[in-house]
Amino acid sequence: MPSPHTHGHDVGERLLVHRHTAIHRLPAEVKTVAMVSFILIVVFTPPEQFWAFGVYALMLAAVARAALIPAKIILPRMLVEVPFVLFAVLMPFFGTGDTVEVFGITMYTAGLLAAWNILIKGTLGVVASILLAATTPARDLLLGLERLRVPTLLVQIAAFMLRYMHVVTDEMGRMKLARDARGFTATGIRSWPVIAQSAGALFIRSYERGERVHLAMLSRGYTGRLPRLDNAVTLRSDWVKSMMLPAGALIVAVTATVVQP
Amino acid sequence: MHVQTMHIPDGFINGPVSLVAMVIAALGIVICLRGARKQLDERTAPMAGLVAVFIFAMQMLNFPVAAGTSGHLLGGALAAILVGPYAGALAVSVVILVQGLLFADGGLSAIGLNIINMGLVTAVVGWFVFRWTIRAIGVSKPKVFFAAFLAGLIAVPVSSLAFVLEYAIGGTGTIGWPTVMVAMTGVHILIGIGEGLITALTVAAVFLARPDLVYGVRDLLPKQVLVVEPAKGVA
Repeated sequence: MPSPHTHGHDVGERLLVHRHTAIHRLPAEVKTVAMVSFILIVVFTPPEQFWAFGVYALMLAAVARAALIPAKIILPRMLVEVPFVLFAVLMPFFGTGDTVEVFGITMYTAGLLAAWNILIKGTLGVVASILLAATTPARDLLLGLERLRVPTLLVQIAAFMLRYMHVVTDEMGRMKLARDARGFTATGIRSWPVIAQSAGALFIRSYERGERVHLAMLSRGYTGRLPRLDNAVTLRSDWVKSMMLPAGALIVAVTATVVQP
Repeated sequence: MHVQTMHIPDGFINGPVSLVAMVIAALGIVICLRGARKQLDERTAPMAGLVAVFIFAMQMLNFPVAAGTSGHLLGGALAAILVGPYAGALAVSVVILVQGLLFADGGLSAIGLNIINMGLVTAVVGWFVFRWTIRAIGVSKPKVFFAAFLAGLIAVPVSSLAFVLEYAIGGTGTIGWPTVMVAMTGVHILIGIGEGLITALTVAAVFLARPDLVYGVRDLLPKQVLVVEPAKGVA
């Protein structure tokens, strides 16, 4: 298995795991459509059909395996769910209706099912998003959105955000270093004016940087459109390969809905 | 403990409501794109992009509260006051879009819900609260501070009400929406106080240094006219 490495990719990639696999090579827009459809199908699946979610999990595991993304990369990222997990965990204990004893603790059946629904769909959704972001460079994802007819201006704004993310966060880091060098320690609300002063300065610097970037672009002939440098062609076979995932999920979901217990 | 922005995950709100939310969010973004282009013309992409980066960076800035807890800004009201409602809402929506697509923050099926709650609602509410207040009381540093505080204070609980509405229509949880509303509003009024303070302090700092960069007061500032007079006493 090749070790993770990066070469010459854009900044702003927090999740990309650089590997050379068939899944990494698929065009971004194809993968985006496939993953979003897959997640929507999962969300529409009735929660009492437990087997269906087992099949979905196996499908994602197969994708992760084919893309050589190990579990140790996926698991830590799932922490973003935690606040909603807490909400879900509370539900079986507060509710009405039928109750059931689990390990000697009384819980509400409807609450248990709702908790399961949120936990399993949230988890499958996070894993699917992680797989998309881990196999697709940020720049390609944006170009893919453009090919999906997302307004060019929106894609350009997102592209500028990615391009300047490190410039601005680094600037923020230098301002923090400067505060620290002057003996400042943030202790509580009393230190907010100092931090907000830096935030205000950061806004002015970001805004002025935007103006300078615009002028620099104008001097290079910018007319409101960025030149398209990619001439990648998306093959029909790419679509067929990618849509196998949501198509399989759709069969599972339809079956689960039709044969409801 | 650091209080993080809560992006709705997949499965929390049912499929039909999530889909409708995507359509509404897309419409909202299209309206913002038009409005921002009218205001910024071909500067829109670099300017809104840099404002999005600023909001993204602000969300990483820790504001310590007490006893080891800290919070951070959502930024919708701040962005709207500084660059106007269209460009502001656009910048925050792009931040949420990028977080959802690239960093797996918030469910992909819930991206419409998240954009509505944290991008569009906070920016629009923050903008109107700020404008109504500032028009009523006038422009000076303490007044700008006060109006920006109100904008942040009100935008956050209203955004949580948008969430409660979505939950009431399509929530998959069994906890009744009135209970959720009480809990969410209570927590978000507290968060709103923090948001209001950070928004006010930041806007006031920008106002003192570059009042012309605070879009929410720009048209209310006294006109500055450049007068070129012939030099006197020069032979």
